[in-house]
Amino acid sequence: MSTVIQYILYLAILVILAIPLGAYIKKVMDGEKTFLSKLLTPCENAVYKVLRVNKDEQMNWKKYTVSVLIFSGIGLVFLFLLQLLQGALPGNPQGLPGVKWDLAFNTAASFITNTNWQAYSGENTLSYLTQAIGLTVQNFVSAATGIAVLFALIRGFIKVKTDGLGSFWVDMTRIVIYILLPLNLVISLMLVGGGVIQNLKGGETVSLVEPIGVSAEGEILENAEIDLEAGTVTVDGQIVEDAEIVTEQFVPMGPAASQIAIKQTGTNGGGFMGVNSAHPLENPNAFTNLIEMISLLLIPAALCFTFGKAVKNRKQGIAIFMAMFLCLVFALGVVAVNEQFATPQLIQNGNVDVSMEGQAGGNMEGKETRFGISASATWAAFTTAASNGSVNSMHDSYTPLGGMVTMLLMQLGEVVFGGVGCGLYGMLAFAILTVFIAGLMVGRTPEFLGKKIEPYEMKWAVLVCLATPIAILVGSGIAAVWPGIENSLNNAGAHGFSELLYAFSSCGGNNGSAFAGFNGNTVFLNLSLGFVMLFARFLPIIGTLAIAGSLAGKKKIATTAGTLSTTNAMFVFLLIFIVLLVGALSFFPALALGPIAEFFQSIV
Amino acid sequence: MKTLRNVFPKAFMIFLLFTVICGGAYTGVITAAAQLIFPDKANGSLIEVDGKKYGCELLGQQYTDEEHMWGRIMNIEVSTYKDENGKMLMYAVPSNLSPASEEFEALVAERVDMLRKANPHMDETAIPVDLVTCSGSGLDPHISPAAAEYQVARIAEAKDMTEDEVRAIIKQCTNGRFLGIFGEETVNVLKVNLMLDGIL
Repeated sequence: MSTVIQYILYLAILVILAIPLGAYIKKVMDGEKTFLSKLLTPCENAVYKVLRVNKDEQMNWKKYTVSVLIFSGIGLVFLFLLQLLQGALPGNPQGLPGVKWDLAFNTAASFITNTNWQAYSGENTLSYLTQAIGLTVQNFVSAATGIAVLFALIRGFIKVKTDGLGSFWVDMTRIVIYILLPLNLVISLMLVGGGVIQNLKGGETVSLVEPIGVSAEGEILENAEIDLEAGTVTVDGQIVEDAEIVTEQFVPMGPAASQIAIKQTGTNGGGFMGVNSAHPLENPNAFTNLIEMISLLLIPAALCFTFGKAVKNRKQGIAIFMAMFLCLVFALGVVAVNEQFATPQLIQNGNVDVSMEGQAGGNMEGKETRFGISASATWAAFTTAASNGSVNSMHDSYTPLGGMVTMLLMQLGEVVFGGVGCGLYGMLAFAILTVFIAGLMVGRTPEFLGKKIEPYEMKWAVLVCLATPIAILVGSGIAAVWPGIENSLNNAGAHGFSELLYAFSSCGGNNGSAFAGFNGNTVFLNLSLGFVMLFARFLPIIGTLAIAGSLAGKKKIATTAGTLSTTNAMFVFLLIFIVLLVGALSFFPALALGPIAEFFQSIV
Repeated sequence: MKTLRNVFPKAFMIFLLFTVICGGAYTGVITAAAQLIFPDKANGSLIEVDGKKYGCELLGQQYTDEEHMWGRIMNIEVSTYKDENGKMLMYAVPSNLSPASEEFEALVAERVDMLRKANPHMDETAIPVDLVTCSGSGLDPHISPAAAEYQVARIAEAKDMTEDEVRAIIKQCTNGRFLGIFGEETVNVLKVNLMLDGIL
């Protein structure tokens, strides 16, 4: 029972916080006064002064697009170089060397696209300097870019017969200064208060209670008797030659909390540690988990309400929110039930207790005791619905169907909330598709929020909607036949294919989570996944801005009795239907080879 | 071309400015504040007694002695981290195995055998799932109260204590849910073992 209450509360807290934040973001978008204005407006104006930005500039869609692309391009080059050179730069107490070029490209592409796919482990690959002025910065600005593009699209709906969509520089500045910085300052400090590390020291070492014997070949010796004084390791009465005794444990350190806060709120998801928010120093207890989990879906949910307010049609915002929310609840339900029931392979004919008596029970492989099933399943659904990609449990070890749902949420195009900004503009492209199809069915001119939808918008909307499926299917198709790919897989058979499909779904959905047994750090995978991320990020951005530009130039049509309502339950249902139709038709064959095949194998 | 020439300098400047604000200033301010307000937590919650660091409260270790409480199954990793003298340091990683695979089934069967042998007092009682599974981080410092209770009889016998004494220690190292609702009840295995050894 308490488990069910947890699920309900997680969803309730999210909605309760998202509504006021949505209203606040609307004010920021329009430059209206907020309760932080007194403090922050001087900072904002100082930025414009330094940068010589004209606050009232109105960019047309082409200039807005070029600005986004160039700004992201600079970030890509900077982050790439920073990683190559980190060995020679300060802020590197662990003395880590520069990153190899292919991994550096992959990581740079990953962070500028708000994906945060990680083919490396943070604690042994990246210096604190790289993490702070490279990754953390991209966590902020890639999130801000997504929101800015959404703002431009919203202006396209509001404006009449003009070509100005606002200024990208002004939008970025406002989003960072009014939304992301204050929110993350608060969240970071709450996280440290909960036990997340935040320091600039090198890694610590602490004593082990029981020393560990390691053979000369580096194998861990089991059932070994260790004599610390003599320095000998004995196995089955025989002294093992050249065995080494490990007496200390490595404790990673670093400025983690500040990066964790923004990786959650900006739907970035790139962990400070390799195992992300499953790591006890990154997410030590249920309190920090609650904060991190809610923050990962907070802004994407809030933006639905921002949208409704901005287009002066709150019902429209709620309708879009409901479509997303219903998909999320359904997905969460499937994951939760499957994980709680576990698998016959784990239960061992009743020898293993997976009940909920005195424990979380269920499929605990790859899950932390402090989170159990409910906090893990909720996180898994949230993080793949939002294109966040941080994890607090290992999705690779989910049950076949539980794991499939997380994959499907990404394959739907990351529109069930999705990334900050990009999830909603993706969903609005689906909404355009929906009104077009609905319009055709009843023989009316398709229109959305008083703007006529014509072939030009339709072409771009289709591209926006199909960018993700194309990127995933083409990418994973090529990878599946690439020589040597099997060496990257951690599991055999159908699950091995799932690992590959998940990797491309994650990058194509700009999500960033992984079936983490998969080794993505090869030249082929670093490059192919890198290009998939760039394609799936920037094609929809260009499409969205093109639509915005075209819509802004149109006149507003009056609502008549003949106008198809886009705020009622019927529309919500149609929208969900179209999203599922595109996703399911694209991916059913691939899913049948991976998780579905594995499921049937596991129950016979 | 004109747009490009117009946009590039602005993009570059704003990128630099954000790098300073969001990378340098933001990280610096939070580090300073964290060190000032929560020095212990910000530095990793290490357990220090008489100057010796006995472990990190938040990181699991491997225990196989009968007189210690055992934790989650661990995938020990000793090749990645070394101390300044080049000595190997212990770390651990998750298994990332599918819980529906034959490989996994065989592994769990082995673990069940091992636990049955080590805990003869428990007869055929089903083994709490935490004891036969690897965690998400690989470094989970906790087990469930059920998994702790399963080991009480063994520890009491090995340590020559009464079962109630062992239970009292476990109780002291048990954390409830946050606000009584969120997360799960947990037993900190390292703390239990340090108390059993008389260090804490």
